[in-house]
Amino acid sequence: MAEHKVKVYSTKTCPWCHKVKDFLNEKKGWKSWFLTFDHKRIGLLYFYSISTAFILGGIFAIGLRLELFSPERVFMGAEMYNQFFTLHGAIMIFLFIIPSIPAALGNFVMPLMIGAKDVAFPRLNLASWYIYIFGACFAVYAIVSGGVDTGWTFYSPYSVKTSTHVIPMVFGVFVLGFSSILTGLNFIVTIHKLRAPGMTWFKMPLFVWSLYATAILQVLATPILAITLLLLIVERTAGIGIFDPAMGGDPVLFQHFFWFYSHPAVYIMILPGMGIISEVISAMCHKKIFGYKAIAFSSLGIAFMSFLVWGHHMFLSGQSEYSSMVFAFLTFFVGIPSGIKIFNWLATMYRGSIDLRAPMLYVLSFLFLFSIGGLTGIFLGALSVDIHLHDTYFIVAHFHYVMVGGTVMAILAGIHYWWPKMWGRMYSEFWARICAILIFVGFNMTFFTQFILGNHGMPRRYYTYPDLYQGLHGFSSVGSLVMALGFVIMGVYLVHAVFKGKPAGSNPWLALTFEWQMTSPPPTGNFDKVPDAVNGPYDYDKIEAKNV
Amino acid sequence: MSDTAGNVSHLEHHFSDVEQQRESAKLGVWLFLLTEILLFGGLFCFYSVYRAWNPDIFHNAHQYLNVYLGALNTIVLITSSVTMALAIRSMQLDRKRNTLILLGATLFLASMFLVIKYFEYSHKIHLGQLPGKYYTFTGVEGTNPHIFFSVYFLMTGLHGIHVMAGMGLIGWLMVKTQRNRFSSEYYTPIEMTGLYWHLVDLIWIFLFPLFYLIG
Repeated sequence: MAEHKVKVYSTKTCPWCHKVKDFLNEKKGWKSWFLTFDHKRIGLLYFYSISTAFILGGIFAIGLRLELFSPERVFMGAEMYNQFFTLHGAIMIFLFIIPSIPAALGNFVMPLMIGAKDVAFPRLNLASWYIYIFGACFAVYAIVSGGVDTGWTFYSPYSVKTSTHVIPMVFGVFVLGFSSILTGLNFIVTIHKLRAPGMTWFKMPLFVWSLYATAILQVLATPILAITLLLLIVERTAGIGIFDPAMGGDPVLFQHFFWFYSHPAVYIMILPGMGIISEVISAMCHKKIFGYKAIAFSSLGIAFMSFLVWGHHMFLSGQSEYSSMVFAFLTFFVGIPSGIKIFNWLATMYRGSIDLRAPMLYVLSFLFLFSIGGLTGIFLGALSVDIHLHDTYFIVAHFHYVMVGGTVMAILAGIHYWWPKMWGRMYSEFWARICAILIFVGFNMTFFTQFILGNHGMPRRYYTYPDLYQGLHGFSSVGSLVMALGFVIMGVYLVHAVFKGKPAGSNPWLALTFEWQMTSPPPTGNFDKVPDAVNGPYDYDKIEAKNV
Repeated sequence: MSDTAGNVSHLEHHFSDVEQQRESAKLGVWLFLLTEILLFGGLFCFYSVYRAWNPDIFHNAHQYLNVYLGALNTIVLITSSVTMALAIRSMQLDRKRNTLILLGATLFLASMFLVIKYFEYSHKIHLGQLPGKYYTFTGVEGTNPHIFFSVYFLMTGLHGIHVMAGMGLIGWLMVKTQRNRFSSEYYTPIEMTGLYWHLVDLIWIFLFPLFYLIG
């Protein structure tokens, strides 16, 4: 392991600190934030919003795990438990993980990476944040007014019959969908039309490629969710019977429609995370990414395949066995592009000078956990195995390995990687490493246990369980507390870094993408002079970066 | 922003030239139209499923729709698409007055469409040909005849909302045109609204045969 010498300026010797106007201090006051068209500020607004959502969703998660310490009632009953897992799922998915990387980190970094002064439609960008907040208000109203107990999937006919507050929640998700569509639309146009001269498609950083693939999914899949949720609202208010078999309707049709969006949505969640991994692994190994084109095209391949596998959520919903066979087969296929990425990342590390600072620790966590998550997904795509494991803790563990072990690890890698760019200051490396380890260990304690529980037949969404599972459930709950501790410490040192961190310089990782070739934090207009894209974003063999 | 036509006051800071800005707007609107097609695509999918399951009900129930009013509405909307296209052409030739008249005609035709739709809807509401549990009509044979009217009201209703949104946009264009915001140099919003309006028209062209002409 070769540690890179990073020159750190102190506030006294740093010639430009507190003098250069940057996007953070150029304008002051709440109006300059809430009416800003600057993609970097909008990115931060999103960042605050998704962090709030993450804390809220996390509190519900801890509530669930505390209740499961014992098969007896700990502090909530069955109905309350149903509301807790619904809210945990709905908040984490619609308010946190879907907007997280594209709208927060992507908004901040993507225009910088392609050498643009802003996204194509800055007003629309701000509007999509307001739409997000508007949708979030409905979701919060649903929680405050009594909660929802349908699960985040809102399956009919239960979602039509339950007396809980389904309509505000579903309407909130409907609105959030438009926020997601508009961000995706904005990104596609930006990537097509606003690249700097010389920035050809194959000179774009891979994070931009993955955001592009994600944006395609956001634009193409989300309208289907919108119309489905609209129909659910109409069904609930007007009783038109489209999902009610007694009136000639079909509840399975809801599932088809829902998963036609929600399976691609899984890739809306993971694809941008894969983009972050590509960036961070190349910078932290200080080596050209292996298989650039393979990684870029596998993002598009995943986006394409993701539209053809929705039926694997419905093996036990009464669809024809022939459809199930086709869907199982296609599901195996979608594993291929993900596998291509994993092998390319591993090949990038081979003979690189691996720098084990916090972002890289999260990348390693990602590689390890996402591989487990992805492979167990192949188990679940196999028909005969799925019948045994369907609706058990095995599936809960599987998607947490993908969503937390995959996406959240990537978000954390990205936050730590770009934090010095956002604030111009460094976080405590010591605490960052401690937290990376705490979260990794806590996560595996929580969710590996659940693979075993699921295989033993523990069904998901129950607030109680037979006594013989108590050991494993208890261990899982302890793990969730370890993970929570990691997140709390992280919150403390990241906020500390914003105010008291050491100045980071322009390029603490000596990376080659455009966003590191400017001052930290970046100036409001991004570039006085657009940098030329003569070299590729990962040409570590050709050029040397400097930290100034 | 200056009101004089011909300068580049409409160029926003993050674009390098007018062409780039126009191309971006165009791509953005096409993507937006794609999402609209998918939104309606969901409903078209519902239509296909329910018609495949209940071919008789669809056949029996569609006879209660008024083909003449439907056809008239089709003509009205296609004409409005023509006036919209001509409005764009007029602005390309810097004929402000003509543009205003043509936009006004489009707005008038759009409201005529809604008036005709209003008469159709109120007739059905009067007879109780309504979706789901509100269905009280007894003339259609077969079980669950309300399904046809559920799909009918959902699809034409969502289309009607889009017509109203289009009317709002056209009204906004008329105000902007009156204030000399557009010229042959810069007429992107008119062109983009035109694209949207043609899509609304196009969706109706699919709805009309699928509901009125399935005999």
